[in-house]
Amino acid sequence: MNEVRYVIIGNSAAGIGAVEKIRQLDKSGEIIIISSEPYHTYSRPLISYLLAGKTDEQKMKYRDDTFYERNNCLLLAGRSAQKIDPDTKCVILDDGSEISYDKLLVATGSSPFVPPIEGLDTVPDRHTFMSLDDAKGLQASLGRDKDVLILGAGLIGLKCAEGILDKVKSITVVDLAPRILSSILDTDGAALVQEHLENKGIRFILSSGVKRFDRGVAELDNGSTVNFDILVIAVGVRPNTKLLSGIAEIDRGIVINGRSETSAKDIYAAGDCTQTLDISSGQAKIMALLPNAYMQGECAGANMAGGDMSFEKAIPMNAIGFFGLHIITAGSYSGDTYTDKKDGSYKKLFYSNDRLNGYILIGHVDKAGIYTSLIREQIPLSSIDFSLVCEKPGLMAFTREVRSCKLGGAV
Amino acid sequence: MKRVYVNEKWCLGCHLCEYYCAFADTNETDMARALKDIKINPRIRIEEKDEVCFAVSCRHCREPLCVKGCITGALTISDGVITIDTDRCIGCYTCILCCPYGAISYSEGKTVRKCELCIRTSDKTPACVKGCPNGAIVFEERG
Repeated sequence: MNEVRYVIIGNSAAGIGAVEKIRQLDKSGEIIIISSEPYHTYSRPLISYLLAGKTDEQKMKYRDDTFYERNNCLLLAGRSAQKIDPDTKCVILDDGSEISYDKLLVATGSSPFVPPIEGLDTVPDRHTFMSLDDAKGLQASLGRDKDVLILGAGLIGLKCAEGILDKVKSITVVDLAPRILSSILDTDGAALVQEHLENKGIRFILSSGVKRFDRGVAELDNGSTVNFDILVIAVGVRPNTKLLSGIAEIDRGIVINGRSETSAKDIYAAGDCTQTLDISSGQAKIMALLPNAYMQGECAGANMAGGDMSFEKAIPMNAIGFFGLHIITAGSYSGDTYTDKKDGSYKKLFYSNDRLNGYILIGHVDKAGIYTSLIREQIPLSSIDFSLVCEKPGLMAFTREVRSCKLGGAV
Repeated sequence: MKRVYVNEKWCLGCHLCEYYCAFADTNETDMARALKDIKINPRIRIEEKDEVCFAVSCRHCREPLCVKGCITGALTISDGVITIDTDRCIGCYTCILCCPYGAISYSEGKTVRKCELCIRTSDKTPACVKGCPNGAIVFEERG
């Protein structure tokens, strides 16, 4: 059999997941990774830790220095794919060169969304916060005499705020939503985290957007103004789907099935550029999350290499912390609720039809994965001691038979 | 490969596994002296309620959700054993979010902790297994 040539566009979690799985199944096929960023694979969520001085460029590598050599793959770093020709099965790069493929993975990630706000181009020092280059650009601007305005109180905006707080004079976060972290927290949970962040010195202006910018002044919807030196735009991300436009089915993201296949032959997609079924809500969603990206990528890799793997347990899930306060959330927030607040911790479980749909844990996050598994595996709550697991997640809530399998059986 | 297996029928709930695990981290020769007045943070933990008790530690899954989910690459699997590079762990707790056994623990301000099967010790037998007085925790090859 002729050797298969695998081409992967993207050098982050999904692409790396694919490489690792391909190499388990196919030791000799050629693997080429095309990456528009000129770097060894790095962990994108660590850019805020880089600014905080808690990691460095070496330590934030997602895989060790020998990764590409060990897996016998060629990294074309700093080169971007311009076009895919599915008829001749080749990828055309920015320099006009063509790379042919037998199996192609599109793992192009997402890009920061920059809303069209009047006067934005008059702001001299503005940044997005998604890539290592973004972090380096922001780092060069930081200073103890600088006032920072962050647009967006989501995961990216607030991690950015945490990372730079002690390196600037002030941080103001503005968001259209009435609460912070609105994609992962409910009103009560958000209030608790907001208070924690305010105590650290971050100022919030919620339920408000920027109407127009005039250099270092933002005029808000509510009529007030905010003066700033540095603007960080973190209102959200958009999947990078352009390469497959007209080639494969695209909704909000690239549509893939459980095998990470697109609608186009021999073209797979994984990670932030895709949309998949969230089994906790039954809805197709863009779940721009690193664990899901890796697992979709490895699933694509397996199938590209002739294996048969499917990843059909995708759910939204996040683990994130701010100044020592940890937050773990998963699933969707519908159904009846169980709430527990004590000692500065917050827990809320959402359930209906004998299934756990989602949860929010703030502060005390011990054994959160027990809850995640109840959602992912769609365990009937009638088969476990649900009142016990509400109070305290653990294997104790399962029957003795299930437990003996889990702790004594094959894994 | 050999793994740690737990038979709850034999567990006395004595918590000695937790103490042996914590002791394995020290360079002391005497357990009582080594652990005196410290709050232990073991990588194996007893769950107990009423008459039921059993120990839980990393299962070293063949398809480890913690490793796949790790955002930094700090968790890796090699020869079936999942280990953590504490230099690279940033303490984001994504592994705690992912682990279906609740087998990864943490202590404030530090990296996460998990069982590494005592692979760095000389006799390659987990301390919890050696220390269990009732044979409720074993280290063996199973299907």
